Amino acid sequence: MSRQYIIRRLLIAIPSLLGISVVLFTVLAMAPGDPFEELATNPAVPPEVRMALRAKFGLDDPIWTRYLHWLAAMLQGDWGFSFASRMDVDELILQRLPVTLIVIGSSQILAILVALPVGVLAATRPYSVFDQIANTLAFIGFSLPTFFTGLLLILIFSIQLDWLPFVYRTDIEAKGWLFYWEHIKQSIMPVAVLGLFQGASLVRYVRSSVLDVIRLDYVTTARSKGIGERKVITKHVVRNALIPVVTLVALQMPIVFGGAIVTEQIFRVPGIGSLLISAMLANDTPVVMGVTFVFACLVVLFNLIADILYGWLDPRIAFR
Amino acid sequence: MDERGLRSLIDKVKAGGMSRRAFVRRMAAVGLTAPMAAQLLAFSGVAMADTKPIYKPTKRGGGGLLKVLWWQGPTLLNPHFAVGTKDQDGSRLFYEPLAAWDRAGNLRAKLAATIPSRDNGQLAADGRSVIWKVKQGVTWHDGKPLTADDVVFTWEYSSNPATATVSSGSYKDVVVEKIDQYTVLVKFQKPTPFWADTFVGWAGCIIPKHLFSDYIGAKSRDAPTNLKPVGTGPYLFKDFKPGDLITGEINPNYHEPNRPYFDAIELKGGGDAVSAARAVLQTGEYHFAWNLQVEDEILTRLEKGGRGRVLVTPGGAIEHMQLNNTDPWTEVDGERSSLKTKHPLLSDPAVRQALSLLIDKKSIQDHIYGRIGIATPNYINNPERFRSKTTKFEFNVDKANAILDKAGWARGPDGIRAKDGKRLKFVYQTSINQPRQKTQAIVKQAAQKAGIDIELKSVTASVFFSSDVANPDTYTKFYTDIEMYTTTMTQPDPGLHMLQFVSWEAASKANKWQGRNITRWQSPECDKLYRESEAELDPVKRAAMFIKMNDLAVQNHIVLGVVQRPTVSAQALKLNAQISGWDNNTSDLSDWFKEA
Repeated sequence: MSRQYIIRRLLIAIPSLLGISVVLFTVLAMAPGDPFEELATNPAVPPEVRMALRAKFGLDDPIWTRYLHWLAAMLQGDWGFSFASRMDVDELILQRLPVTLIVIGSSQILAILVALPVGVLAATRPYSVFDQIANTLAFIGFSLPTFFTGLLLILIFSIQLDWLPFVYRTDIEAKGWLFYWEHIKQSIMPVAVLGLFQGASLVRYVRSSVLDVIRLDYVTTARSKGIGERKVITKHVVRNALIPVVTLVALQMPIVFGGAIVTEQIFRVPGIGSLLISAMLANDTPVVMGVTFVFACLVVLFNLIADILYGWLDPRIAFR
Repeated sequence: MDERGLRSLIDKVKAGGMSRRAFVRRMAAVGLTAPMAAQLLAFSGVAMADTKPIYKPTKRGGGGLLKVLWWQGPTLLNPHFAVGTKDQDGSRLFYEPLAAWDRAGNLRAKLAATIPSRDNGQLAADGRSVIWKVKQGVTWHDGKPLTADDVVFTWEYSSNPATATVSSGSYKDVVVEKIDQYTVLVKFQKPTPFWADTFVGWAGCIIPKHLFSDYIGAKSRDAPTNLKPVGTGPYLFKDFKPGDLITGEINPNYHEPNRPYFDAIELKGGGDAVSAARAVLQTGEYHFAWNLQVEDEILTRLEKGGRGRVLVTPGGAIEHMQLNNTDPWTEVDGERSSLKTKHPLLSDPAVRQALSLLIDKKSIQDHIYGRIGIATPNYINNPERFRSKTTKFEFNVDKANAILDKAGWARGPDGIRAKDGKRLKFVYQTSINQPRQKTQAIVKQAAQKAGIDIELKSVTASVFFSSDVANPDTYTKFYTDIEMYTTTMTQPDPGLHMLQFVSWEAASKANKWQGRNITRWQSPECDKLYRESEAELDPVKRAAMFIKMNDLAVQNHIVLGVVQRPTVSAQALKLNAQISGWDNNTSDLSDWFKEA
């Protein structure tokens, strides 16, 4: 039953991904810019060179031929060839993937670690001082854009206090514990910026979700049976309250990747986001196409995961 | 200055009655760049002063890790595919040319044993060939010896149209022959006074034949060495992540004694210019940061951090305004600014002269650029200390008003001047970039006072500088009256630079707006001079022709210089990094060291 459902959903995903790729490709093709524009302003480079390069990379072909070329190659697992780096796009993306996953993964974990206890505590004591403070901080947290908090942290911890580096390096020489320590030190700020931003909005969801559940009759029943408050909250309330939260986290994942672009740029984290930015600045269409397509796939995938998780957590929801 | 004047000056230098430096300064005064002047001397038999860099360390290594920051990281490491300066800079960590340009525009030998000159007989008297001697005992990073074969191969590789190298302009018109194991002959099609183009600077980087010979032409993109460079440079390749990181470790067999000083190098990419400056000047996380096009005010503030200093290196870039010679508002045969038209207002020399008086360059320098944009009247830009002291620029609204009054442009009821029903109204375009918009505003304000109405237009840089034939807003289409941008004299010879002023290079629909003459100026006199200069055997005569062409363009107000844009970088207080404005930032990397 559920396997059939997954297969059907995956099949539905194909046309939507195709549609996304058509839109992306046409928008990118119609956008102004030339990957070899730097050559145009360099008098030492003859114009024929630029023309030859454009012809070599097929930039002068009509949009639809270029799209079909791209699609045909993509179906064979060839992601294209970067104009700026002269290497395969998938290789470029794979190079950046580990750092992205580590930074985004740990920021998501941080978000959950902060949001869960704070949200639950706030909901069990609604309108208490703790709840008020948590609410205020959450509002501030998700109202401030990451580029602002990022710069703020740099200003405080790198410039004023001189505690943390603000340039993320992947080639740390140190061995053993020192290696991990250096990595942690340089990850603190980007992870905190991303994690707290995510955590702030998550706190609000956890709180309202727990508030919804905590008033239900079965909770009162559990309490009246004499189960300790702690157990009521963890075993009975949180478990049910988390169903919408889990799906929300899954649905938010692609947005987190997008939000990480800014943070990656500020802290020079060599993730997929900074690859996307530099590719856009260099008009490196195959890379932009590759990265945005990865994002599109993530959106589709996490939507599917969210749906499946929802059904799994709440068996009353049937797959149809 | 004419030919005779030049000759007597050169003779003076030869006789020792005038210093090389004074000569170069005199040349700069008449619009010749320092490298060009140095070339003149070399060709006339005066040896180039082989300036030695300051270098204090007495042994190789021991300097630890050198951390440098390029806020746009290099994306590829084959110098012959290097689209931007960032890629050229990155490639120079590992590859070297036969010779590099130093700060004063002299050649500095890298892989060459000697710098060719008439005295050592390596320069042919007819200017049709030059002999390069390759330094012996140099090895590639993989241990193979460097020979003349590699040099010849580099020419074969780059001149092959199917390889589509960016450097092909320096190779396609020459023939390179091997004389012996360590000597090559470069033959030119015609007498070439500027012989130091092939095998010099970024385009001159020599690549190993044994690793690239299977990847010439259409297969060039498959060469594994494209991403894992094997050169002769001071650092051995370790790791490369395009746009993010290049790491290298010391080359224990580097061909210059006691060099390099640093044990390893890390070139980090990404981020933005301001935070790159901050990482060097304020927090000291990095030792060097490249190309800091940041407002001077911010740089000065960051410098107070006390960990580093800003390094301003004069180069060949100039921010200038161009005045259209054709009519951008009438369409003829499917193109505006067509050569078949004449600009209705700017064809009056009085209007051009008035406009040239209305650019408050001093304010532009003082309030916008500071140290990173120095006001200049010249089109050909020089190192600052050699800059002409005789040419002047003037900001004078009254004078502009008087000139316009005299020419019959009378003020209308709205304060805007008009003549024969034509109002003095211009559209002035540039790319979106804060200093440029501020400059536009300053010019507009002054023009208003002289009764000229200027409408400002700003175009996204990616559109303005693109070669998109379908887009009307590119700088080569020039569909406005006035435009402003920076052009860089990357090549230290006015030959290519002066194409801006010859009629057959006019950008038009026929050449897909690829022509180098953007203002579409048509001057039979200038054309004749340029044609003559192409066939001119005598470099001194040729130089005099360029000077005259330059004067013609300046006197006719075809282009108006605004500010020269030096290279700006930041370095740690103790770092001694030598930067040449005529070559890549990393061209002298082997000489960088930390003061004790």
